[in-house]
Amino acid sequence: MKKPVVKVEFGDKKGQGNSRRRFIKMSGLAFAGSTLLYACSEDDDFNPGMEPEPEPTPDPDPEAFDLGSGDVGILNYALALEQLEAAFYQMVLDGDYFAGASDEEKTIMTDLRNHEVIHREVLRTALNSVVDEDMVIPELEFDFSEANVDFSDRTSVLNTALLLEDTGVSAYNGAGKLISNADYLLVAGQIVSVEARHASAIADLINPGSTDFARNDVLVDLGGSGVAYDKAQAPSEILEAVVGLGVVQTPFTANNLPTE
Amino acid sequence: MSFIKLLDKLSNEEVLNAKTSRKDSFKKMKNFGKGAALASIPFGLAATSNKTKAATMNMAAAAFQASPTDVLNFALTLEYLERNFYQMGLDTDGLIPEEDRDVFGLIAEHESDHVDFLVAALGDDAIAEPEFDFTGKGLNLDTFSNYATFMALAQGFEDTGVRAYKGQAGALIDNNDLLTYALQIHSIEARHASQVRRMRGEKGWITQNNNTLPDAFNAIYAGEENLTIGGFDLSSVDFSAVGGNDAVTEAFDEPLTMDEVNAIATNFIVTNDN
Repeated sequence: MKKPVVKVEFGDKKGQGNSRRRFIKMSGLAFAGSTLLYACSEDDDFNPGMEPEPEPTPDPDPEAFDLGSGDVGILNYALALEQLEAAFYQMVLDGDYFAGASDEEKTIMTDLRNHEVIHREVLRTALNSVVDEDMVIPELEFDFSEANVDFSDRTSVLNTALLLEDTGVSAYNGAGKLISNADYLLVAGQIVSVEARHASAIADLINPGSTDFARNDVLVDLGGSGVAYDKAQAPSEILEAVVGLGVVQTPFTANNLPTE
Repeated sequence: MSFIKLLDKLSNEEVLNAKTSRKDSFKKMKNFGKGAALASIPFGLAATSNKTKAATMNMAAAAFQASPTDVLNFALTLEYLERNFYQMGLDTDGLIPEEDRDVFGLIAEHESDHVDFLVAALGDDAIAEPEFDFTGKGLNLDTFSNYATFMALAQGFEDTGVRAYKGQAGALIDNNDLLTYALQIHSIEARHASQVRRMRGEKGWITQNNNTLPDAFNAIYAGEENLTIGGFDLSSVDFSAVGGNDAVTEAFDEPLTMDEVNAIATNFIVTNDN
């Protein structure tokens, strides 16, 4: 088994605005973020069309697929996350935990697999309808052994599922403001509440009858009103967390995602 | 002070950057539910006042949409309703079994926090709390004497809340901070909904427009059977390997318009001082 390679570089470049450039590479997945380029890509907000504007991005890995800019970039980002979730639940259904699970848990795991596959296919369809195939993120490969997920172990499966669902909620919440097109924003809203329903159910499977369905350690406070809100993390944060899982085997970059 | 004026005031450089003047400014403001601690909320709002995102492309759509103030007051009405409902439930001796009190206690706390947040964000524009009647007025529901009814209404309110926030996302598309806050509440309501549904023996997600609520509340689930997502008619796509149309309806929650939500909520609102 190959060891994950972690490479994090921070370097300042001279130029206008904030030009910190970051590059992270791990386990074959790479993404690079540049706050300078993010700032430039705000112009995309005024482009109602779906053609992402070409960005003068120095590509750290010319071989890797870039998620793109504007709404296309965000849809590709969402599609990457849905691919990960769908692949995970398919592995769950093919594993020993599922084979011996209770009927209730079999139903739930099957539903989750179904929902994530449907999310994936709908996002892919939406992208294919507006851009050429080479601008739609390809089918990613995953290796869950890198993250030590044990598909024969209930605790391992449920804890991983919970992490993925909670991450999904935070990811869609954080991506909402980056979407320009109201139709796509609605679709993201239609998906995120289902991810939150999933997270709630899995937390309750892990600790039945508890208040873990909305536990404090995945929530945040807003303005001192109380810890009563889901997180809303930026794609850069989410991708860093996903990189940290070490399961994504196909390199891709996120150089041009909007940040505002 | 109007919502817009509040934003303008808070976007003042001095207010944003100087600690002392910031403190002074907030002292002059009223209606902060939890006092000084909540002063940080309008900071987020302040950042939005310079927002010009997609101003042109969404102008046509915006003409048919509620203002941010209207959206926040709409949300506040629902949060008042939920807070009141759960508090009355928790305060009714013998209604909520001991083993379920923590769950409803947490949900009640969240709804109360949401009220405080929205009141603080709206300032003087916040509507007063209406008077509620959880018998459903003419419906004569035994809400606080029958736990099954209380649970059914809890589910209905949470699922309605999810649909209500979702329906207003588009109206906030040009206001990054408000949109994000609304989304952060929206998904919490979905967590609540899933939990209450599962306590009632339903799935955490909504299949077609199926529900086990009294018929009077069919409107809460009307449209959940929708198979057209993002303009794509999925009824013609073969999803039989992954649960078919039932799974498609589960995989996407549906929005409700403000009018549709108000028609549901009005069953429980006696007066509205606004």
